Amino acid sequence: MSMDVQDKKMDSINRKEGVQFRRRFIQAGMFSLFRISAVINGTALLVVVYFLVARGWHAINWTFLSQPPVDSMTQGGILPCIVGTLCLSIGAIAVALPIGVASAVYLNEYAQPGRIVRLIRLGINNLAGVPSVVFGLFGLAFFVVYLEMGVSILAGSLTLGALTLPVIIGSTEEALRAVPDTYREASLGLGATKWQTIRCVVLPAALPGILTGIILGVSRAAGETAPIMFTAAVFYTPSLPTSIFDEIMALPYHIYVLATAGTDIEATRPLQYGTALVLITLVLGLNLVAIIYRSRLRKKR
Amino acid sequence: MSKSNKTGKDRQNREQVIRFLFFGVALASITTLFLIALFLFVEGIPVFKEVSVSDFVFGKHWYPTDDPPDFGIFPLIIASIAVTVVSSAISIPLGVLTALYLAEGTSARIREWVKPVVELLASLPSVVIGFFGMVIVAPVLQEILDIPTGLNLFNASLMLAFMSIPTICSLSEDAIFSVPGELKEASLALGATRWETIWRVIFPSAISGICTAVILGMSRAMGETMVVLMVAGGATMIPTSLFDPVRPMPASIAAEMAEAPFQSEHYYALFAIAIILFLFTLAFNVIAEQFSHRYRQVGAATL
Repeated sequence: MSMDVQDKKMDSINRKEGVQFRRRFIQAGMFSLFRISAVINGTALLVVVYFLVARGWHAINWTFLSQPPVDSMTQGGILPCIVGTLCLSIGAIAVALPIGVASAVYLNEYAQPGRIVRLIRLGINNLAGVPSVVFGLFGLAFFVVYLEMGVSILAGSLTLGALTLPVIIGSTEEALRAVPDTYREASLGLGATKWQTIRCVVLPAALPGILTGIILGVSRAAGETAPIMFTAAVFYTPSLPTSIFDEIMALPYHIYVLATAGTDIEATRPLQYGTALVLITLVLGLNLVAIIYRSRLRKKR
Repeated sequence: MSKSNKTGKDRQNREQVIRFLFFGVALASITTLFLIALFLFVEGIPVFKEVSVSDFVFGKHWYPTDDPPDFGIFPLIIASIAVTVVSSAISIPLGVLTALYLAEGTSARIREWVKPVVELLASLPSVVIGFFGMVIVAPVLQEILDIPTGLNLFNASLMLAFMSIPTICSLSEDAIFSVPGELKEASLALGATRWETIWRVIFPSAISGICTAVILGMSRAMGETMVVLMVAGGATMIPTSLFDPVRPMPASIAAEMAEAPFQSEHYYALFAIAIILFLFTLAFNVIAEQFSHRYRQVGAATL
């Protein structure tokens, strides 16, 4: 009798242990699944960067960086593309920065929650979701044709500016939110107006965060291809740009052209790898700077 | 006294003007969005004089340069949907699992390293991913699977997945991270394992945010241009297998715009494709917006 009870007890303990074991087993399994997916992501980045570096760095030398392409773009360097990409990124930021910061200031400092704010936010979110090729078509129809800017740095910068606007608004808002309300209250308490408070207290305090946004915006604009295909970039121009109405070459478009429509696609592979390497060095470098800078800022708080 | 009153008035007026200026600038985004829609429609509508809307959307043949031309974009739409669905099948599990790993499965120190990796992945220019898919992945696929071309639906989906994973991952992580700690602690205190807590408590509370993340990721995959332009193969046919070459909508626009004579039927037709694409992504975004607005995350269940 007592043996029986003992057995039953043991049995139930065993079963409980079995259940416990199963629960732990499932947990361990799921957690390794998490880890595996994170590793896959990291590997993807590493593999892309590895191949581009391994195959691209032979192509990179001073001539490659400082000379224009020659012999129907089968030889020579990519100087005009580097210059073009710099022009476009700076132009895009020149467009997006004032508008983006002002929008963020309005949303974060002035606006009362309500219908209009929701509408503006809906606009920003949807603008962020517009496909890049649609930006390209818009730039073509509006800036290039309707406003008669032609295929030019100006048209490309405006198109890219529209595309980077949500990035700038997002990071500026984050920076503004991080400014403690006590700063604002102290300034207002001293008799400053709202605008004086924003200009002299809030914006300076948010400046580092806005700077991160600028870096991210530049890198985004530098890497985009589809929006500049019809608005700014051309296959080949012999000279460097002299005014904002010139058409230019750009790194991303140069990669695309060499890889799909070049004179001798196989023979120019090293040039393609080299150009891709220069582009990702620029873009990943800028992003890395922004990420490190931002994490420092966050720690300081 | 009256003088100071006057300057006070001036100050107030100036403040009003400044406030109004900021409001005006804040409307820039929505104005741009409106202009984009306007110009797409202005340049896209004329094609419907030649071809009816239903023939355009459901027509099975896209031969824009033939005489007479065929403007049926059904194969392009199907191709776009196909790459989006296949890439989501890869990116949703990977993205959400990585987000769970970042938010719940690891120490703060490892997170500090993994999060930037995801952000860097997000910043890779699409043309570089396309180039990578074209020169590295395509030959490998062709070799291993013994198929006629490595530039196909599967390759494009794979590359697109790696473009949308960062979106899905970082937005999901935000959602998971903002689940109140009390819910988690209560579940653990009742004896649930960490996985059971994640599956039964954290995941359901964050589901609306995760859905938003997934929809935005899919929207990104559908609108992405350079990858599908370089990697998808470019054949305008309705795919029958995972390894058929396809031509999604953005690829068609980007590839043909340079050749289409200005304000020809072909030019208008490409803008009309952009309208369809724009409407698709707009729908995705509005759905995502609704999700995050209506099913707003519940707060801590305090009594």
